[in-house]
Amino acid sequence: MIYFNNVSKIYNKDSVALDDVTLTVATGEFVSVVGHSGAGKTTLVKMILADDVPTSGTVFFESINVHKLKNNDLTKLRRRIGVVFQDFKLLSNKTAYENIAFAMEAVGKTNEEIESDVPHVLELVDLGNRIFHFPHQMSGGEQQRLAIARAIINQPELIIADEPTGNLDAINTHEIVQILKKINDLGTTVVLTTHNRGVVDSVGKRVITMEKGKIIRDDKEGKYVI
Amino acid sequence: MMDLKRIIKAGLVNFTRSGIISWAAVLVVTITLFVITAIILLQVVLHFSLDQIKEKVDVTIYFNVGAPEDRIMSLKESLQNLPEVREVAYVSDTEALELFRERHKEDYPTIQALDEIKDNPLGAYLNIKAKEISQYESIANFMKSDNALALGSASIIDKVNYHQNKLIIDKLNAIISGAQKLGFLVTLILIAISIIITFNTIRLTIFISKEEIGIMRLVGASKMRVRGPFMVEGAIYGLLATVITLIAFWPITAWLGNNMESFFGFDMHAYYFSNLFQISVIVLLSGVLLGIISSFLAIRKYLNK
Repeated sequence: MIYFNNVSKIYNKDSVALDDVTLTVATGEFVSVVGHSGAGKTTLVKMILADDVPTSGTVFFESINVHKLKNNDLTKLRRRIGVVFQDFKLLSNKTAYENIAFAMEAVGKTNEEIESDVPHVLELVDLGNRIFHFPHQMSGGEQQRLAIARAIINQPELIIADEPTGNLDAINTHEIVQILKKINDLGTTVVLTTHNRGVVDSVGKRVITMEKGKIIRDDKEGKYVI
Repeated sequence: MMDLKRIIKAGLVNFTRSGIISWAAVLVVTITLFVITAIILLQVVLHFSLDQIKEKVDVTIYFNVGAPEDRIMSLKESLQNLPEVREVAYVSDTEALELFRERHKEDYPTIQALDEIKDNPLGAYLNIKAKEISQYESIANFMKSDNALALGSASIIDKVNYHQNKLIIDKLNAIISGAQKLGFLVTLILIAISIIITFNTIRLTIFISKEEIGIMRLVGASKMRVRGPFMVEGAIYGLLATVITLIAFWPITAWLGNNMESFFGFDMHAYYFSNLFQISVIVLLSGVLLGIISSFLAIRKYLNK
């Protein structure tokens, strides 16, 4: 599903974010990308979204070279990918309901679909009683669950979770990981970046370990080893 | 259609939720519209008072006492044929005497002296108004030229007051064309400044939302879906600012009208009301377009990431 061919990202001589990365992620996989801060994890996922341009190499999403896409096609690609960020990236002046509804409007869903699906997905992430709350009225864990609900609402083929538990305590972290696993069980590919040992070990699936922009390990049923 | 409805609704919701920031933007747009309205009214006052002054300038040809009327009339006709001349008024010697008496009716010694003479000491005159102030010179030149003399007018003309008036006419001419040029320049500068200020204010309100814009794009919203609500907000700024401006000018013109009417003979309040429709259209269009275009331009920077 995702193919990195010799991708490098060099900001300047002393700052190499990705160093000749080659990588394949198959459909339905759950991949954890681990490494210290600055190891290149976030740059790696930004490449998939074409949110950053590689210095050299190519990134394919299925048969599409994501960096060759025009603005409109890029918008269409991003609709096939759900993204969850460490800092949630919710629309702060919109309620929980509107945050999800906006993502549905963006892909052209009808009002009827929005009205029936939004309460349902909020229920799924256990935010049924938070429908009309604004992000700033919710806890970190609730905000991240809302972000996940938004990421999955349009049934994307891929979920990218970039340090989704970075700002959360142990209990909330556990919940988020369980939700991501459930999403993966339903057939969606998940790419998770983290530097949290507990998260990686509880997932128990493929682990890619990065250091200084290079992939140093790729284990089928890995553990957090650095 | 569905998108348009959503965009308008989102714009309205954003406007109300942004609270004080929205009203700050409305205030700034209001100031711009205030400047535009004030300039419209000032231009009207300027034109009105210049017209008043122009109206007071003329050239008069005084004829000798007893000059035959048919020769005066033929001169009048040839003057009227000049393209520069707007109108020529003939005042006969008896009319001239009546006007003189009317003007001096409080001045007993003069009237008494006039009564004593019995004969009419005044000659007839022609009062000439040109279309433009600058054209008096060529009219005066015509009077001096062989053309007029050939008609045998020289012998019946007592004097032409153009040369006494020349200095005033020239000065006035310079002032009027200067005032018009300056007025135009000041108008342009003021409007440019207020547009820049409005644009920057709207840019700031959008800058606050730049994170949101990025998120909307990441979620997969089209450019128009992101940009639309901001343009709707811009239009709302313009709309509200128009209402505020038009209401505010009601007492302002009433106050100015009262003070100016005795001085200029121009009632601004009446003018404001009789032209309210045109003024509203100009102000509304400026306000709404300013809001929409500013938003459109300001958001471009964040959209193209």
